[in-house]
Amino acid sequence: MKKWTVHIVCFAFLILASCSDDENQVQGYEPTPLPLDIPPLFEQNIIAPVIPSGNPQTVEGVALGKKLFFDKILSGDETQACATCHAPQNAFSDNTPFSEGIDGNLGTRNSMPLFNLAWNYNERFAWDGKELSLERQAQEPVQNPIEMHSNWDDVIDKLSNHSEYPELFRKAFNTTTITKELTTRAIAQFERTLISSNSKFDKFSLGQATLTPEEQNGLDVFMDEERGDCFHCHGNPNNPLWTDNIFHNNGLDATFTDLGLGGVSGDPSDNGKFKSPSIRNLAFTAPYMHDGRFSTLEEVINHYSEGLQDSPTIDPLMKKVEQGGVQLTDQDKADLKAFLLTLSDSSFLTNPDFTN
Amino acid sequence: MKKMLALLLVVSISFVSCGEDNDDNIKTSAKTSFEFTHNWDGAPVSNADFENTEYTNANGEVLTISRLRYLISDVTFTKANGEEIVIDGHNLVDVTNNNGLIYNIDTNIPTGAYTNVSFTFGFDNEDNAGNYTDLNSESFNVPDMLGGGYHYMQFDGKFMDTSSTEQGFNYHSIRAVDSPGMNPTFPQDTFFTVDLGAISITNDATIEVKTNLAEWFKNPNTWDLNTLNQMLMPNSSAQIMMHDNGKNGVFGLGTITQ
Repeated sequence: MKKWTVHIVCFAFLILASCSDDENQVQGYEPTPLPLDIPPLFEQNIIAPVIPSGNPQTVEGVALGKKLFFDKILSGDETQACATCHAPQNAFSDNTPFSEGIDGNLGTRNSMPLFNLAWNYNERFAWDGKELSLERQAQEPVQNPIEMHSNWDDVIDKLSNHSEYPELFRKAFNTTTITKELTTRAIAQFERTLISSNSKFDKFSLGQATLTPEEQNGLDVFMDEERGDCFHCHGNPNNPLWTDNIFHNNGLDATFTDLGLGGVSGDPSDNGKFKSPSIRNLAFTAPYMHDGRFSTLEEVINHYSEGLQDSPTIDPLMKKVEQGGVQLTDQDKADLKAFLLTLSDSSFLTNPDFTN
Repeated sequence: MKKMLALLLVVSISFVSCGEDNDDNIKTSAKTSFEFTHNWDGAPVSNADFENTEYTNANGEVLTISRLRYLISDVTFTKANGEEIVIDGHNLVDVTNNNGLIYNIDTNIPTGAYTNVSFTFGFDNEDNAGNYTDLNSESFNVPDMLGGGYHYMQFDGKFMDTSSTEQGFNYHSIRAVDSPGMNPTFPQDTFFTVDLGAISITNDATIEVKTNLAEWFKNPNTWDLNTLNQMLMPNSSAQIMMHDNGKNGVFGLGTITQ
């Protein structure tokens, strides 16, 4: 009986404690729900996006996330924002192989573009899959010494003493008690709104545009198992994501300086595997590959055509490895590039909802 | 509080259990599920074996498995009078990611004796013409130039070729197709029915489907990976060989738990 009494007292205390949090919360206030604006092609062809139950999209949460994303306050010396390495004009990537942190140090991976992230069903983010949600991913760069090189205690102090943020957090989460978790939840909400679905190929799929003969042949090369065979990893017209979001060794190296997924899983059979990036918006996201080794799409296509390097973990989907690749003709290479560029969505770069 | 809750739970469960006991005598319908297990000539295979355990096929090639997923559809319960209960649906068995290994049938099945329980490997042609968001999300599609629709199976791995070089294979099963392009033609159907045989459903049941992966390479066609390894989707004769091998001993009835 004594234990029960203690439990009841604790329970009552918890209820009172939540009620007495009135300094930071307004009773009855709820932020305004803001469901994702799902494009028709996505609605018709793929399953619903992943929105964590603990972080629903709201008008106020997205607005706060956007402000945080573009605010240099998150970095140690307030010289860099998320948008420094994930710039709207580069489809939220940047244009260098590696990004420079606030101290001038370079990272070891190419900045990944950010779009259609809510449809990453396995919720493994980053080239090596080490981040298991968008919310968790957003925690990392802030404290990474070669990136924003801050620490979350300082960031929370600065946000808490800021003239605007406490009110913005109250509106987004009904509390002025700012935490690392709430900060990254807001950023993740904003990132989930970054939807790209207005390329020429999207319009073609909707019957609103036609492909040139070169672009059509490029699509055929992409979909032809005997030529490009790109579709097994990068999807097809029935999947507007244009990635399988899975990890593959695509034959870049015979030996690995960067283990990729293997460095995260500890499984040697994962060494050299990196996430398939979407092939949307390639016009804006050069350089390419996890280490930005290819400056142009021609180099990327040449890699798959004749540059493959064999290794113990090379994906069995890589064809004709002993010949270096699928041996495309010059015409097929040019047409493949023409098709790939139809997946670029320039309206995504200038959408006022996504720019500062 | 915890104890109270636990007590309530126990009492509730007791009532529920009593109810079920009473129902047992008059149970007229049952939940069924299919559990897909995998083996290589009897040796259990799971994703823990992928890219790791070596197997030798009927032609003597040593191989490892990298990925395996396949589609089954239209589970059918057939009664002695010929009446069929067809479950209009599909399930992607994704061994790589341990998804879909258990397929729960949404509709309860009348208890009783069935002379056959069967399912379709892949999609019949009508179902293959549909649009399925779950399969699109898995990028399981077949290119339009090959007739569109969906893969029936993607079985990827590596083997040692005759020059002792490791080589990839993509044993991808689809609807056999000729003349790829705008007007492909289809020489024969390559989906097939898997008959599990007679099953008596007396209660909620889990039906094990045993899948012997070695059989894909064995009978009636001894599969030579040295000649048939990649780019098999546009190869209609390879597709027909896959169909013939698939029909002959890959799938079988395992344990029924009810």
